[in-house]
Amino acid sequence: MVSASSNPSSPVAGPAIDAIAVKVLISGGFGVGKTTLVSAVSEIVPLRTEELITELSNGVDDVSGIEDKSTTTVAMDFGRITINPELVLYLFGTPGQDRFWFMWDELARGALGAIVLVDTRRLDACFAAIDYFEQRQLPFVVGVNCFDGDQLYDVDEIRAALDIDSFVPVILCDARERDSTKELLVKLMEHVMATSRLADSVPAQQARSSAAT
Amino acid sequence: MASRGEVWFDDAAGPLVRPYALTRGRTQDDRYGLDLVTLVVSVQPAVHERIVEPEYADVLWVCEHPLSVAEVAAKIDLPLCVVKVMLADLIERNYVIYRTGWQPVRNTPDMDTMQKVLDGIRKL
Ligand SMILES: Nc1nc2c(ncn2[C@@H]2O[C@H](COP(=O)(O)OP(=O)(O)OP(=O)(O)O)[C@@H](O)[C@H]2O)c(=O)[nH]1
Ligand SMILES: [Mg+2]
Repeated sequence: MVSASSNPSSPVAGPAIDAIAVKVLISGGFGVGKTTLVSAVSEIVPLRTEELITELSNGVDDVSGIEDKSTTTVAMDFGRITINPELVLYLFGTPGQDRFWFMWDELARGALGAIVLVDTRRLDACFAAIDYFEQRQLPFVVGVNCFDGDQLYDVDEIRAALDIDSFVPVILCDARERDSTKELLVKLMEHVMATSRLADSVPAQQARSSAAT
Repeated sequence: MASRGEVWFDDAAGPLVRPYALTRGRTQDDRYGLDLVTLVVSVQPAVHERIVEPEYADVLWVCEHPLSVAEVAAKIDLPLCVVKVMLADLIERNYVIYRTGWQPVRNTPDMDTMQKVLDGIRKL
């Protein structure tokens, strides 16, 4: 078995090959602080990976406007938290352009949950993300990124404006602050686990039929 | 609409010509179900680098220590779909081994794992 222990020179020991790798998504509108949030807690400088939109995507309605451009790329950035050599958490920022749904599907597959960042000056920018996670039944929390104290609304007003279920946590945050971002992740994991317990208490048959839709 | 042949030599696709040639135009690969967070590690890269194309050798060295597929793609700066094909080729030849991460067997993930993630974040 190869393991990270064979790499003593590495500044941060990475995971072992038999580690469990999990991911959460950091989502929200354009310029809302997704990359900033990832940088605040990641042990590595956020990396950027690109996916191609090729002729394979032609069947997807949402990219219908760009079929004449055969090699468009969509970028996503991500960070890593190695909890221990056996468990590593990846944080993936979703692409700012929410029309690239096929990329979201790849990102969401197997994700534990998501943080939806909102800027109260442009609340509507996060609607697409919220709709997507609600449809996918992926648990999410809302982080209200407080840009320079421009906090015009309280949590209840924001919740009402976003029209989200009362059990979805809405948390004021500062994506630049490590502690604030940690708190968001803690709230997310607690919410993910609570949602999961709830699903467990529903008769299995019912859970399956609702998951299938 | 550009024909397939033109695409590889499109200006915008310039740097991609070589990897596409290597993967013979394959941009999708379902051989191993590689995911963004599938962990991969190369086996004896110093031995295998000599018998693969240089771009494949780069992949071998990037994952000398276990890394996710997403990290490999970011570090060699090629699109994810191309890197997945290259990794699958290397896995097929046993030059890379992989381990798929947590899999959603049901709609609900494993509680024990989630508790460990939560504890780990709290300790950061
Ligand atoms: N004042 C303030 N500025 C912030 C905060 N979070 C992010 N910013 C700034 O807002 C700008 C955009 O932040 P990014 O993290 O790049 O946003 P993003 O969501 O990744 O943007 P895209 O990927 O382009 O959609 C940057 O200049 C940040 O420094 C915050 O909490 N307060
Ligand atoms: Mg960004």
